[in-house]
Amino acid sequence: MIPLHPPVLSGENVHRIHWVLGTDRLLAVCHCRAQREFEDPVELWDWLLGHPEDHRPGPAPEPAPASTPQPRHAAFA
Amino acid sequence: MTAFVRDQWYVAAYGREVGRELLGRTVLGEPILLYRTEDGRAVAMAERCVHRRFPLSQAPSRLDGDRVVCGYHGFTYGTDGGCVSVPGQQRIPRTARLKTYPVVEQDSFVWVWIGDREPGDTLPPRAPWMDSPNYTVVSGMEPIDADYGLLVDNLMDLSHETYLHGGYIGTPEVAETPITTEADDTAGIVHVSRHMDDAECPPFYAKSTGIEGRITRWQDIEYHAPCLYLLHSRIAPVGAPGPNPDGSDPHAFHVEVVYGITPSTEKTTYDFWAVARDFALDDQEVSEFLRTNNHTVVMQDVVALNVLQKALDSEKTGYQELSINIDTGGLAARRILARLAQEGAATQARTVAR
Repeated sequence: MIPLHPPVLSGENVHRIHWVLGTDRLLAVCHCRAQREFEDPVELWDWLLGHPEDHRPGPAPEPAPASTPQPRHAAFA
Repeated sequence: MTAFVRDQWYVAAYGREVGRELLGRTVLGEPILLYRTEDGRAVAMAERCVHRRFPLSQAPSRLDGDRVVCGYHGFTYGTDGGCVSVPGQQRIPRTARLKTYPVVEQDSFVWVWIGDREPGDTLPPRAPWMDSPNYTVVSGMEPIDADYGLLVDNLMDLSHETYLHGGYIGTPEVAETPITTEADDTAGIVHVSRHMDDAECPPFYAKSTGIEGRITRWQDIEYHAPCLYLLHSRIAPVGAPGPNPDGSDPHAFHVEVVYGITPSTEKTTYDFWAVARDFALDDQEVSEFLRTNNHTVVMQDVVALNVLQKALDSEKTGYQELSINIDTGGLAARRILARLAQEGAATQARTVAR
């Protein structure tokens, strides 16, 4: 599996959308860990914001790989 | 149009613009007068005289010490907005008072609070590079004749760099590289990440950093709705070591691009732009190059958005758009702005009902 970009925002109500590498698909990940792939970002947002309707919790989040540190940005939330 | 978001901090000016001359800015449709008191404090109040609505930033209106004297009939106001003198009579009408605005001067910006409640402990978001000794900054402001939402759309999707800014900051890889988007609805923050591992170095970075070959180019957008937009740009020669686990990153060049996106009226926007760099700090040539180049890039956006607004104005109500993958971050920003606008409008309605 292609590794996903490590999370940056750390709030409890964060939605993540990964553009799946090598494809035209978007993987939406809700804050409840439910996941679903989409081809249309508008449908994707409707699904994300429709939480908890049709959201089934997905796998536990993988810890960010230690090999991809980010530069320190003082303003990051 | 994109709804205004009240109960928020907005960039009204750079600190350097606010002095002993009267400055007028319109923010969220409210004309605001800015000046600095004799002891250096920035103040903001309504820019229209209560008498006949003469604009207080217009000559011959003037400062007399810390007081503002209207250039039309001489109504005079203190820093608290209270009228202290009217012509020809002793009695000053009770309602002769200008609305004042909370002000915070931070990171070289003068922020004003536009809202119906007090800001309390809420402070503007930070852009610490703007006045850090570890960075050199070039900056400016351009007015745009467009809804501020068009500028948010523009900045949240940098794939447009390839087409609108080709030869400056755009290269083919920007539009070709997938993005990751994160939206924190509670905090009102959108983060969009585009990491290019092996990309052409555009002239903007080749000439300022001296890198001649291909680069790794990271673009990390951090948008604090509604007003502050940060682009963390990391440039390094391909093959250079990445950041260290502690966040230090000595092998890369860092450019922090900062925008204050301030809605002025429904279809005009102040575009405060700045480029802060952590290299060639004292090199005037690099500063001049980045200033000229970035101004050109900003003007390419200004011209495009002015044209776009005119085109949208000629569309029938309910015109259709089409969004694709590159728009994920822009759509996140739109949804957060819509939610914040609704919350601000609800506070306003409650205030009016009292």
